Amino acid sequence: MASKAVYLHRDPMLKKRDDFEDILEERRNSSDLRYALRCYTPILYKGVSPCKADTLKNMVLQSDQLHYVINQVSKEMSRAVDDIQEEASAILEEMAHCLQLSTVRFFAFTLSKVFKTLFRSICVNEEGIQRLQQAIQEHPVVLLPSHRSYMDFLLMSYILYTYDLALPVIAAGMDFMGMKFVGEMLRMSGAFFIRRSFGGDKLYWAVFSEYVKTMLKNGFAPVEFFLEGTRSRTCKSLTPKLGLLNIVMDPYFKGEVFDVSLVPVSISYERILEEALYAREMLGVPKPKESTSGLFKARKVLSEDYGSIHVYFGQPVSVRSLAEGRINRCQFNLIPRHVPNRPSEDIQSFVNDSAYRLVRAQEENMVLKPWVLLASLLLQNHHQNQASGQNPGMALDELTEQAVWLRDLSRQYGAFLHWPDHMPPPDVISSSLSLHRGLVKMSEGRVQLALEQAGGQAGPGEPRSTLATPEEELLSRAVVVLSCASYRNQALHVFLRPALLAAAIHTAASNQKQEVFNSFSFLRNMFSNEFILCPGATVQDFEEACFLLVKTGALQVTQQEVLVTERGHRTLVFLTSMLDPFLQGYQVVCRFLCEEAPEVLTEKQFIPAVRKFIIKHLLAGRLRYTEVLSSDLQKNTLAALLRLGAVRKIKGAAQGTLKVNKVMVNSLEDTLGGKLPTQKAVVARL
Amino acid sequence: MASNSSGGSSDRQRIAQQRLRIIAGHLQRPVDGDSAILAAECKAQGSQPDASSEEKTVPRRRQEIMKWNGWGYSDSRFLFNKKGQAEFTGKRYRLSGMIIPGLKDWFESTFGASLQHKTPATPILNSSAVHPPTLNETFIEELKSTGIPFSHDAEDRVFRAHGHCLHEIFALREGRFGRVPDMVLWPNCHNDVVKIVELASKHNVCLIPYGGGTSVSSALECPKEETRSIVSLDTSQMNRILWIDEKNLTAHVEAGIVGQDLERLLNESGYCTGHEPDSMEFSSLGGWVATRASGMKKNIYGNIEDLIIHVKMVTPRGVIEKSCQGPRMSTGPDIHHFIMGSEGTLGVVTEVTMKIRPMPEYQKYGSVVFPNFEQGVACLREVARQRCAPASIRLMDNEQFKFGHALKPQVSSIFTSFLDGLKKFYITKFKGFDPNRLCVATLLFEGDREKVLQHEKQVYDIAAKFGGLAAGEDNGQRGYMLTFVIAYLRDLGMDYYVIGESFETSVPWDRVLDICRNVKARIVRECKEKGVQFPPLSTCRVTQTYDAGACVYFYFAFNYRGLSDPVHVYEQVEHAAREEILANGGSLSHHHGVGKLRKEWMRETVSNVGMGMLKSVKDYVDPNNIFGNRNLL
Ligand SMILES: Cc1cc2nc3c(=O)[nH]c(=O)nc-3n(C[C@H](O)[C@H](O)[C@H](O)COP(=O)(O)OP(=O)(O)OC[C@H]3O[C@@H](n4cnc5c(N)ncnc54)[C@H](O)[C@@H]3O)c2cc1C
Repeated sequence: MASKAVYLHRDPMLKKRDDFEDILEERRNSSDLRYALRCYTPILYKGVSPCKADTLKNMVLQSDQLHYVINQVSKEMSRAVDDIQEEASAILEEMAHCLQLSTVRFFAFTLSKVFKTLFRSICVNEEGIQRLQQAIQEHPVVLLPSHRSYMDFLLMSYILYTYDLALPVIAAGMDFMGMKFVGEMLRMSGAFFIRRSFGGDKLYWAVFSEYVKTMLKNGFAPVEFFLEGTRSRTCKSLTPKLGLLNIVMDPYFKGEVFDVSLVPVSISYERILEEALYAREMLGVPKPKESTSGLFKARKVLSEDYGSIHVYFGQPVSVRSLAEGRINRCQFNLIPRHVPNRPSEDIQSFVNDSAYRLVRAQEENMVLKPWVLLASLLLQNHHQNQASGQNPGMALDELTEQAVWLRDLSRQYGAFLHWPDHMPPPDVISSSLSLHRGLVKMSEGRVQLALEQAGGQAGPGEPRSTLATPEEELLSRAVVVLSCASYRNQALHVFLRPALLAAAIHTAASNQKQEVFNSFSFLRNMFSNEFILCPGATVQDFEEACFLLVKTGALQVTQQEVLVTERGHRTLVFLTSMLDPFLQGYQVVCRFLCEEAPEVLTEKQFIPAVRKFIIKHLLAGRLRYTEVLSSDLQKNTLAALLRLGAVRKIKGAAQGTLKVNKVMVNSLEDTLGGKLPTQKAVVARL
Repeated sequence: MASNSSGGSSDRQRIAQQRLRIIAGHLQRPVDGDSAILAAECKAQGSQPDASSEEKTVPRRRQEIMKWNGWGYSDSRFLFNKKGQAEFTGKRYRLSGMIIPGLKDWFESTFGASLQHKTPATPILNSSAVHPPTLNETFIEELKSTGIPFSHDAEDRVFRAHGHCLHEIFALREGRFGRVPDMVLWPNCHNDVVKIVELASKHNVCLIPYGGGTSVSSALECPKEETRSIVSLDTSQMNRILWIDEKNLTAHVEAGIVGQDLERLLNESGYCTGHEPDSMEFSSLGGWVATRASGMKKNIYGNIEDLIIHVKMVTPRGVIEKSCQGPRMSTGPDIHHFIMGSEGTLGVVTEVTMKIRPMPEYQKYGSVVFPNFEQGVACLREVARQRCAPASIRLMDNEQFKFGHALKPQVSSIFTSFLDGLKKFYITKFKGFDPNRLCVATLLFEGDREKVLQHEKQVYDIAAKFGGLAAGEDNGQRGYMLTFVIAYLRDLGMDYYVIGESFETSVPWDRVLDICRNVKARIVRECKEKGVQFPPLSTCRVTQTYDAGACVYFYFAFNYRGLSDPVHVYEQVEHAAREEILANGGSLSHHHGVGKLRKEWMRETVSNVGMGMLKSVKDYVDPNNIFGNRNLL
C-alpha cells in the first residue's frame, strides 16, 4: 500500500502534495523563551517510556549479538574477553548520544533566534507531521532527510520539538567531533557519532549496528540518518549508501519487529548556507576542516537573507510492504539471529532498490523555487553566448518569457514548483534575482552571471588576490558557475528522464524506437553514478520519458519510431542542453584517461591530474563547460568506468592503483559523443 | 488405595481371561477367504460383557448423540437465554446448567456483535441436498459376504465428510454439502480392516479412515477430483483394550477407541496413558497416531510418538508392524515414523501397543499472574531450562486472560470464591499490574503428594523471579476445565455473525515473543485490509514447553457483518497468518497436521528431497492410491 507512494505516479500532474505551514510565524509573535521551556510530552511507540542513555548502553553491551562478536574477536586475536568488552564499551562511549531535554531547550531557544535572522520562513507540511505522529505510535520509525546542509539535522529536531514529536537520534559523522563543544552539544541533542570508515572492524560494526537496532526495536526514539551519507555539494541527490538502511531493515527481516516505517523527508533551501564553500571544495580549494570557529565564521559572514526553507515529510514507507514478495524471511530460520551474517544477495539488492526509491521519494517532494529555473536558463544562455561570442546575459523580458515557458513545462513534468502565481512574472523574477545577488547581476537591462566580481565572491573573508593568473581567474569564475549549477541541479530530477531521451534521440543513428531505446539505455547506464536512476528500471524510465514528451506534444511515438514534432524542438533543445555539460564532462574525463593518463594511476592522483587536463582544455577554448571542473563529476565518471570495467583496480598493488583499458574507454567516449552507434560499443556488454 | 489395588487384581483376572480369548481366537484363525468366520470372531470378541462396552461413547449413528453441524454432544451448547444471559445447556460438564453473566458483555464489546443480529444454522439436515452415492456394486456385493456393517444413508455420509475446520462447519450450518463419502463402513476388528482393504484394492475403491472426526486440517474432506466410489472407514467400533501388561506397563488397544473411553477404562484398572489432547472426548487413538497428536500432559507422559511401543497398520501392500516390543531399536529409520503422521494416506492403523502409567496419586492445579506477557514467556523459558515443567503449563496473553474472566459462571463451588474479587484487586492495585497487560499461566502438577508440593514450590519460586504472583488453584482448574467447553463457544459465535478458529505452531524459544507479536499484528492488519468492519480478536497462548522451544496457539475470530464471503476472508487471513508464522521461524504445525489445508507449504517445509522420500513411500505402499484422501503430499 504505502510502497506505491515510492513508485512514480503515471501522470506526474496528478501528484498530490500537502500544503505548508510556516513555523517561524509563531516564533515571531510569541516568546522564544516560553517556547523553549514549554511542556514537552511526545507520544512514543506503543506507549513505551523513554529510555535513559545509560540503560540503553547497558542493553547494547549485554546483547547476545555483541557477546557473540566479543567472544569471536577474543578468540581470533587471542585477547581476553574483558579486554574486548572494555573496548566495546569505549566504542559505545564514543558513539552514543545522550539526549538531554535541557540541551534541546537550549537549542530550541537559540535556533529560534538564529532561524529568524537567517530565514524568511520555515515551511512544513503539517499533514506529513500528522502522518509521522501516527507512524511513530504504530511502528519504529526511521527518518530519512535529504542532506544539503549542516543545518539539516538541527532543523529536523527543531521541527519535531515544535510539533511535540519524539526527538530522533541522529547518525552523524565523526568529523563533527573535531569541534569539541559543538560535538558535545549535538550529542546532547540526540546525535550519535560514527567513524567514517571502519571497514573490517568487526567489533565496531557490531557495537554500532546493535546500538542502532536496540533504539529502533524498542521504539525508544525515531532513528534518523542521511541516505546520501554526506551533504550533497552539488544539490543533486547522491547515490544512496546502504549500510545504515540495511541495519534498520534487519529487525524486520528477522522478525524482531512487525514493521519499520521509513519516512523520506525533503528539505529544500532557497539559498544554501554553504553555497560558495561547496563550489570551492569541488574545485580543489581544500575543504576547511569542520572546526567550530570555521562554522561560526561562516555563520557570521553569511548572516544575510537566505530566503525560506521547505521541509516536506513524505508518506511513510512500510518496509514490510516493500519486502512483500521479494524477501523470504525464512532464510533466517536456520542460524541464530544474533550470529552476524553477511546479507544475502537478494537482501542486498532489495536494500539497494529500496534506497533508490527512497531517494527518489525525497527528490519528488523537494520544493523548487523560481530561481532554480532561472539558474538553468541563465547557465544555458551563458554557454551558448560564450560559444557564439554574443553579448553576455539575457534581456529581462526574454528571461521572463523563457522562465514562464519553463515553469509550465516543469509543472507538466510534475515538479513541486513554488511559483507565486498571484505575482506578475517579472516581479517573481526580479525578487528571485535579488535574493541571489552574489551570483547574478543586472547590467544594461541584461541579466547575467556575476562572473567579474567572482574573484571577490569566491572566498568571502579572504583578501582578494591582486594579480590573478588566467588559471586563478578561471577558477574564480568557476565558483559562480558551479554555484549556479547547484541550483539548476535541484531541478534535474524533474527533467532527467526526458533529457536522457532527448539526448538519446540526438545521438541515435536513426529514429527507430529500438535504436533510441538502446541509446537511452546506454546513457542511463553511463550516468547511473551521477543521477538517481533506480536499478533495473530502464524500461520504466524510458516509458515515462516517452509519456511526458508525448503528453506535452514534443514527441510522437509509434510502434517503430520516435519523432520530434515541430513544436517539440524547443523542449528538446532545452533538455539536451541541460544534459550536455555532463555528456561533455564524461567525454573529457575519458579523453584524459586515453590521452594523458599514465599506464598506472592511483586514485589519489586522478583528481589533480584530470583537473589539470581540463583546465588546459578550458583555457585553450576547446571546452566550454567550466562546470566539468567539478570533482564530483570527475569522481562519478571514474566510478562509472570502474563499474563498467573500463578501468580496473589492480589487486595486490598499492592501494587504489587503477588500470585503464584505453580501447574500451575510447569507445565509450565515442559512443557518448554519438560517434559510435550504441549497439556496437558497449551496450552488448552492459 | 485399597480400592485401587483390589481393582487392579480384578483387572488382572479380566486381562487373563481376555488373553485366553485372544489365544483361542488365534487358534481358530480361519483359512484365508473365510470371511464369515472372521467376522464372527470379531463379533464374539466384541460381545463379551466384560469390556464395559455398553459405556462406549461412540455409537455407529453418531448423529444420535452428537451435532451434525457443530461441536460435540447435541445436548450441550451455549446460548443466550431470554434475559440475554449466556448459559451452557446439558448435564455433562461442570459448566452445564450454569449462567455465565460476563459473557454477553465481553462478546458484544470484543466483537462489536449484538444479540439482535442472529445467523442461526439450518436446523435439519436436508438429505435431498446430498448427492446420491456413487456405489461400486461389485465391491458392495463382496463386502456383504463379510458381514461388515455399512450404510449409504445421507446422514451417515455427511457426518463423515468433514472435520472441524471453520469452512467445513460453516458450510454445514448453511446446509451446503460438497463431495461426501459414498458409503460408511464399520469394521469391528483388525481382520475386518484387512478384508476391507483387500476388497477396496481389488475393486479400486477410495478409502478414507475416519477416527473421531476432530481433524482441523481438512484431512477428512473428500477430494473434489475423486471419481471413484469413496468409502469412509469408521473405526469407532474397534474400541477395545485387548490386553494390559502390567510387567512392562503397556496396553494393547484397538485404534478406534476415543480418548475418554481409553482413559476411563484404564483408570478402572488403576492406570492411565496420560495422553490428553484437548479433543480427547472424541478423537481416537488411530487418529492420534495418524496425525502425530500431542497431549496437554506431554511433559510427564510424552507426545504420541513417545507413547507408542508397537503399531499395526493395514496397507494395500499388506500389514506393517515390528516383530518385537523392544523399547528402542536401531534398525534403520524407524518405520513407526512412516506411520505416525501419515494422515490416512498409507493405510489404517488398527491396533496399538502403548505405554501406560499408574494413575497419579495426587493432582494439583495452580496459576500465576505475570505483569506482562514478556515476563511470562521468560518464566516458561526458565522452567524449560531447568527441566522442571509441571504436567502442564500454559501461558495466556492478556486478551485470553480477559476472556477467561468473562467465562466465570455465576455460582459454583469450584469457580468462585469471594477471594477472587479480592485477588483481582490485589493484583491490579497493590502490585501495580496493568490489567491491560497482565497475563496468566495455568499449571497442573501430578505425582505423589510430596513431590508435587516440592515441584510446585520450585515452579512458583522461578515465577517469582519473573514478577509472577501465585493466583490460586481455582483459576488454574477453571482454565483446564474450560478447555473442553471452549470448542462449543465457536458455535455460539456463529449464531451471531462471529467466526473464528485456532491454529498452532512450534518455534524456538528466542522467537516466541516475536512470533506472537507479529502473527497477532498480521491478523489485525489483514482483517483491516480484507474489509473486516470490526477489529478482530487476535490472541495467543504458549501451551507446551520443550528444551529448545515452545508450542504456540493463536486464536482468531471476527464479526463478519458486512462481508459477502466471510469464509473466504477468513481463509485469506489464516493463510497470511501461516505465512507470517513460517517467516518468523515457526513450524507448519506442531500437532494439528498438514491435511489438505497446509499442503501447499509442505515442499518448503521438508525440502524437495524430503518430498521425494515421502512420495516414494506412498508410491510403494499404495500404488493405486486406494487411501486417496490426498493429504500431506
Ligand atoms: C477442539 C479441538 C481440540 C483439539 N486439540 C488437540 C490437541 O490438544 N492435540 C492434538 O494433537 N490435536 C488436537 N486437535 C486435533 C485433532 O483432535 C487431532 O488431530 C486428532 O489426532 C485427530 O483424531 P481423530 O480420531 O479425530 O481423527 P480424524 O479427525 O477422524 O482423522 C484425522 C486424520 O487421521 C486419519 N485417521 C484417523 N484414524 C485413522 C486410523 N485409524 N488409521 C489411519 N488413519 C487414520 C484420517 O484419515 C484423517 O486423515 C483438536 C481438535 C479440535 C477440534
